Amino acid sequence: MAFYQGLLSQNVWRLSLRMLGRDWRAGELRILLIAIIIAVACVTSVGFFTDRIQQALNYQSGELLGADLRVAADHPLPARVTASAKNYDLRSAETRSFRSMVQAGGVSRLAEIKAVSPGYPLRGALKTAPARFAKDNMTQDLPQPGEAWAGPQLLQQLGARVGDQLQLGHAQLRIAAVLTYEPDRSGDMFSIAPRLLINLSDLSVTGLIQEGSHVHYRFLLAGEPGAVADYRQALMPHLQRGENIEGAEDARPEVRSAMQRAQQFLGLAAVVAVMLACVAIAMAARRYAQRHLDTCAMLRCFGASQNRINHIFLLQLIVLSLFAGPLGVLSGFLAQEGLVVLLGQLIITDLPAPSWMTVWVGLLVAMGGVLGFALPPVLQLRDVPALRVLRRVAVQSAMSPRLQPAALLAYLFGLMMLVLLVIYQAGDVVLGGILLSGLLLATLLLWAAATFLTWGLNCFLQYFLRNFSQSKASAWHLGLVNLTRNRHVSTLQVMAFGVGLMVLLLLTIVRGDLLQGWAKGLSENAPNRFVINIQSQQLTDVRHFFTQNGMGDVELFPMVRGRLTAINGVSVSSQQYADSRAKGLVEREFNLSWAEKLQIDNHIVQGRWWGESSGDKKRFPREFSVEEGIAKTLGLKLGDRLTYLISGESFTATVSSLRSVQWDSFRANFFVLTPPGMLDNYPASYITSFFLPAEKSGVLDELVHVFPNLTVIDITAIMDQVRLIIERVSMAVEFVFLFTLAAGLLVMTAAIQSTLDVRLHENAVLRALGARRRRLWQSLAVEFFSLGALAGLLAAFFASVLGAVIAYRVLEMDYLFSPWLWVWGLLGGGVGVGLAGIIGTRQVVNSPPLAVLQKL
Amino acid sequence: MSESVNQPILLVEGLGKNVANHANREHVSADDELVILHDIDLCIQRGDSVAIVGPSGSGKSTLLGLMAGLDVPTRGTIFLDGKNILQLNEDERAALRGEKIGFVFQSFQLLPSFTALENVMLPLELQDNGGTYAQAREQAGQLLARVGLSEREHHYPSQLSGGEQQRVAIARAFVSKPSLLFADEPTGNLDTHTGQQVIDFMFELNREQDTTLVLVTHDHVLANRCARVLELQDGQFCRAAKVEQG
Repeated sequence: MAFYQGLLSQNVWRLSLRMLGRDWRAGELRILLIAIIIAVACVTSVGFFTDRIQQALNYQSGELLGADLRVAADHPLPARVTASAKNYDLRSAETRSFRSMVQAGGVSRLAEIKAVSPGYPLRGALKTAPARFAKDNMTQDLPQPGEAWAGPQLLQQLGARVGDQLQLGHAQLRIAAVLTYEPDRSGDMFSIAPRLLINLSDLSVTGLIQEGSHVHYRFLLAGEPGAVADYRQALMPHLQRGENIEGAEDARPEVRSAMQRAQQFLGLAAVVAVMLACVAIAMAARRYAQRHLDTCAMLRCFGASQNRINHIFLLQLIVLSLFAGPLGVLSGFLAQEGLVVLLGQLIITDLPAPSWMTVWVGLLVAMGGVLGFALPPVLQLRDVPALRVLRRVAVQSAMSPRLQPAALLAYLFGLMMLVLLVIYQAGDVVLGGILLSGLLLATLLLWAAATFLTWGLNCFLQYFLRNFSQSKASAWHLGLVNLTRNRHVSTLQVMAFGVGLMVLLLLTIVRGDLLQGWAKGLSENAPNRFVINIQSQQLTDVRHFFTQNGMGDVELFPMVRGRLTAINGVSVSSQQYADSRAKGLVEREFNLSWAEKLQIDNHIVQGRWWGESSGDKKRFPREFSVEEGIAKTLGLKLGDRLTYLISGESFTATVSSLRSVQWDSFRANFFVLTPPGMLDNYPASYITSFFLPAEKSGVLDELVHVFPNLTVIDITAIMDQVRLIIERVSMAVEFVFLFTLAAGLLVMTAAIQSTLDVRLHENAVLRALGARRRRLWQSLAVEFFSLGALAGLLAAFFASVLGAVIAYRVLEMDYLFSPWLWVWGLLGGGVGVGLAGIIGTRQVVNSPPLAVLQKL
Repeated sequence: MSESVNQPILLVEGLGKNVANHANREHVSADDELVILHDIDLCIQRGDSVAIVGPSGSGKSTLLGLMAGLDVPTRGTIFLDGKNILQLNEDERAALRGEKIGFVFQSFQLLPSFTALENVMLPLELQDNGGTYAQAREQAGQLLARVGLSEREHHYPSQLSGGEQQRVAIARAFVSKPSLLFADEPTGNLDTHTGQQVIDFMFELNREQDTTLVLVTHDHVLANRCARVLELQDGQFCRAAKVEQG
């Protein structure tokens, strides 16, 4: 209690603030302050930026819905859905789609009719062309009453052209344009028939909508994100059977996967920068404490209790964090603004309100960084013996290595903050765990390796000097002896430089190799078209067609449609699930498929793949392998028995493995797989995905002409979106990397500064004894170059290991080993630290020896 | 104040200090210790002024540090104003120092980040019952005026000469009205003339406040201004000489 009372003492405040003010003016706090600001700025700029990216991505995903939110139903939407949109100040539009025969010039074809109200689409834009194969353009218009826009396939099938009349039910419509793109079409992968877009007011004229007609009613909404979320929340509990809500966040798995990874990359980069900043904070605080040894001894001498010493410095740190926190938040916000300017048009320009959560997190990081990392060394000041005022040398080791319980607690607090931050920032406990424990382990190993290396260097030097060296006072000798003379300090410095360089190199891998690895999955030749509805008897002909047209041997995947009816014998209904995605999944039919081997973009995360333990490949067990995301949504686990209704028959099997699927590879993938032979008795169609170069687009017309039942799906829009995400994230990571770079430099500066006073003193004595400045420069260069090279070597090793672990275990990508990393580590470390060391310690050589000797 | 007039302000009995032999650092054993102070007995009465002289390494500063409670002896007892300071913990000794002891050091030991005035105020601000800020300021101002540094109140130590710094240190030592003042080579870093000035101030304030003065010095002129001069050699008193007062 007395501890807290002491904190409130006016005298303590006054003393504390006075000392803080003076230290500030003397520049003692600079590194500490910059480190805190960098930590906070890093977290907040990434926070603000991901808010913004999220919004931009949501906007883009919204494009796939044609809206921010879409309410779909199999019956006309009631007023409770449509009328309340106005209360939330949302824009709205309606669509109705159904299949019907369309006639033109005596030819009838099945088409997917979509009747739209004014305002459609609320996000994205339609594209039309004046004729088939003509260049298309974005348009804000819609078909006027009496008009229809037809998809190119429909025109081809009908043999009609723009300007012709067509018959839809009782309505006569004029074909006014070729509809080439609908934003919300690509999200609807399995709409099979070609499109005809008409005005909603013509729908009644057609007379096609009767009681019992199979019509998809959709109500589209767009507006402020907050209002959309409120509307969604208000509507959710009132949804009736056959109604569901889709938001931007329920985007296609490819996009979701890309977004998730994007956030992981950014989170990783930000957390790493914060960690580095914390190292810098700890080192700067250590020096700060060391420079206050005399002051504390003096205060103790004049009667200050240990608690009072703690109070004075604790208050200083609290005030410092209160000052640095908001400054960091502001820098973070400005930095993020700068980023938006840099990225230009890539980001939507309306500014989302800065999220208060990010501000609070930033302020907490300031407080946590200070209390967790700056406080422990400062707390040690209470142990400074008052005797120091009389005999400084006798109590030189006043900063006892013994950690006080309070300091230990503070470190634990700091570590906790980092853990929470990792979870908050990366949104992933595994990633955070690997990162934190990896860095801690690497730091420990670095310490061991640094100890060993400095010891080894010492042995080598002794041996070399004994046997070979002619001149004992060479700069090399002076520098290396300096390095080995105080092995503990050198070890500490190698460790600090090593951690700094390791993190920088690690991020270089993340930035370069990992991003490259990701983009590689989405290379220029990644599949951009899907063909579905291929029948078993057409397999050979379709393969032949592709080979003939120079498109190589395509892989055809079987697909059997079935609806999930029971889990473990208990029947399933959408009412059981609160999650709209789960509701949707239960209501619609799944595409089941079979495979003997696991695809390369799939990984088993739980259980085992049937190929692995089964000796006799011809006889597979009756099992399911389920994609992990869908398993989580539906609450499925290993050993669950799932029953699917396929063509009127039940098919039951046990879940034997859960798979992660790299959706953004754009290959054909399935939520649920069985071993071969299980589904042979059910009707299957086949699907394939392939890359179609732009110049070969005519091949598809030919394909559809030869096999009229096939449907070709163009996923270029989704792919472009994913590419855009990768591009943005790359830039954002580069940007965040700048912070890490700054934090890394700060760690180095702090490490250099930590020995500055000792160096000043020693070099002043050396110069007083007649050492030339040039020799001192050289010896400093040798010392720092060797320190940096040792640290760089260790850093390259640990960064490679950590990078590989993160790539394989967390991001599930291949790690591209780069020998350049070692070159960079060794040379970059040596030259970088060497230069930084020389610049950082220039006053050691430049200050007049007398001034230095008097001051110390 | 409840102190008895007859009770010595400082009573030292059988005081000894050993330290590990640093030359043979890797094998420290009980036999491997340097004896810095042998059994020292010393009694200092209130208002007394005592100079401890002796060659470098004779243990003068160690003795001063022990008597002021800045360090702990290997054996023996120290009674400061009737209290056995070895039975106090580190914080209690600090509180006792704050209340009863003033210090003047060879290297001044002013806080570089504080102005002259703030340095002098410091002991008062560290006391829990050190009065208000305004009172502390006033007392510190008066003492600075007393040592002739009114004009320099707002200067930082780096802006003051050695003599001025030591005068600030003297003002700081007396501001809390200590019963006992320890001075460690107070003129060691000053030239003769400046040293003389500083000493004059110290003795004047000592007389005004009726403080007991214990100083360690090489300077025989300074030592001879004390009522008693004790010579320390190899950790033992070898001669106690009483010289004429003043």
